[in-house]
Amino acid sequence: MAETVNQTQETRQLAERILSVFEHAGASRIETDILQPSARLLDLYGEDIRARAFTTTDPLRGDYMLRPDFTVPVVEMHMSGGAEPARYTYMGKVFRAQEEDVSRPSETLQVGYEVFDRSAPIEADAEVFALIRSALAPLELRVATGDMSLLLAAIRGLDTTDDRKAALSRHIWRPGRFRALLDRFSGRVQPPQSRLNLLEGDIDAIIGGAGPEIGLRSAGEVAERIERLRADAKAAPIDDASVALLDRLLSLKGDCDWVLDQLEGLADKSPSVADAVAAFRARCDALGRAGVDTSQLKFEGSYGRTSMEYYDGFVFGFYSDQNPGLPPVATGGRYDALTRVLGNGASIPAVGGVIRPELVQVVGGKI
Amino acid sequence: MSLKLGIPSKGRLMDKTAAWFQDRGVTLSRSGSDREYAGIIDGAEGVELVLLSAGEIPRELAAGRLHLGVTGSDLVREKVPAWDSRLTALAGMGFGQADLVIAVPGFWADVHTLDDLDAAAAAFRRQHGFRLRIATKYHRMVHRFLKSAGVSDYQLVDSQGATEGTVKNETAEAIADITSTGETLRANHLRMLDDGLIHASQATLFQSKTADYSGADNAALAALSAQIGIG
Repeated sequence: MAETVNQTQETRQLAERILSVFEHAGASRIETDILQPSARLLDLYGEDIRARAFTTTDPLRGDYMLRPDFTVPVVEMHMSGGAEPARYTYMGKVFRAQEEDVSRPSETLQVGYEVFDRSAPIEADAEVFALIRSALAPLELRVATGDMSLLLAAIRGLDTTDDRKAALSRHIWRPGRFRALLDRFSGRVQPPQSRLNLLEGDIDAIIGGAGPEIGLRSAGEVAERIERLRADAKAAPIDDASVALLDRLLSLKGDCDWVLDQLEGLADKSPSVADAVAAFRARCDALGRAGVDTSQLKFEGSYGRTSMEYYDGFVFGFYSDQNPGLPPVATGGRYDALTRVLGNGASIPAVGGVIRPELVQVVGGKI
Repeated sequence: MSLKLGIPSKGRLMDKTAAWFQDRGVTLSRSGSDREYAGIIDGAEGVELVLLSAGEIPRELAAGRLHLGVTGSDLVREKVPAWDSRLTALAGMGFGQADLVIAVPGFWADVHTLDDLDAAAAAFRRQHGFRLRIATKYHRMVHRFLKSAGVSDYQLVDSQGATEGTVKNETAEAIADITSTGETLRANHLRMLDDGLIHASQATLFQSKTADYSGADNAALAALSAQIGIG
């Protein structure tokens, strides 16, 4: 995107100001490489990141991507020996190839704030949110919040097989596939004939009759999945009350105080979500202590489901209603699971968020 | 300037394109020798014939250097991001049919649908420590298709030819490739998924939305459209 020298300077100054707000909040400034090894990002995000990232090659070291986000390199840096607790801030460009919308820039500035703290994660949620909110206060943006942990807790508490729970948790970020699985597991949709055909007969004969074994996925793996499908066919359907609980959690929409009221009603009947609801209450309290009026703070049960995977708790975004097509000016959330994936066995509760200075300028406020 | 019509420069695709236009009273032929990549068009005023590789026609249409072009509908979808905002499909031409499909080893008795593929990919990743590999040269179309179906835990590996052999060679676990009769799939012990049809392709006459239509081009386009019975 062509910018004048003045615009570029103004954006940079704005980013510096946000950065110093984050530093004053206690964060140490860190830098990450712009060139990030492709393999790790691809393993984490799959083809979605390949379609959106700029890929380049070092003749000796192999494929790299121009940094598509800061979270992964920051988490990796922390997991390889960062002190605890830690607060980090950073400022720099991220790069995203645009497939659909030519008006969106390929490189944008981000200023971020990340907290790694196992002693008080709920306080950390409130701290990150309140800090970003107060930095953006003059812009009067619309705020959206959500909480993936409620849905994850409800799935864990289902009276069904571990395989089904794992499949539902895995697709929590893909609403279409999630719904298809739930319909199947609750007996509302019958499996296709091709699957019913597998439920009877000798498994080795079924596989042997289907063709010669080729490739890395072995006949043993095929047989194992058929065993699982047979076990699944014998399992009782997920009951209507549990499906209703998931639907209710996904459709909750209102201010946090009202939502808390609803959630506590649900927790009385469904003890599986009681801990997550107690954490929701504690976060509302912590937000209140941090100066956020939770009677005005919007919450949506399905918010955060279609963004990148690995947000698995509190999530938030700041939007400009005057610029409806604009991406969120700031986003963030909790990503405990990501620290486990990148931590080689270690993990730590982590939450953070980024502000996009160019979008602050588009919205046109002074901060 | 004249209205530029791009057609494939060789092979059956060129012959069938010429026959399609001939049926509609427009004669396309090479100028000079068989080897010269310039064409003559008879029966349509103000139209210039450009011969080029079918694979380059989508890009030239998207850039607006061609007004009209004949190429596979699969190539347009693969090579032009957000193709329908830049190109219009004027007419399916009824030849060059081929299906882009997802195929897996036939002995995978447990995998018949995308739902199965997704579950098998998750188990494969747990077992082998990397994402299930699907070999293809149609990265954009396959990714979009699998994303809309909510399939996860796979990766695409590039294969520019002999894609059906990648599974046996253990460089991929499944493939996404063009097939017309399915014979090559069967010969390589592969089977299409029941809901694995990504796109049914055929040779298609496309119009560029980005080209310049000033001067006589609009009249030439209208005359050609009327002559061949489209629009």
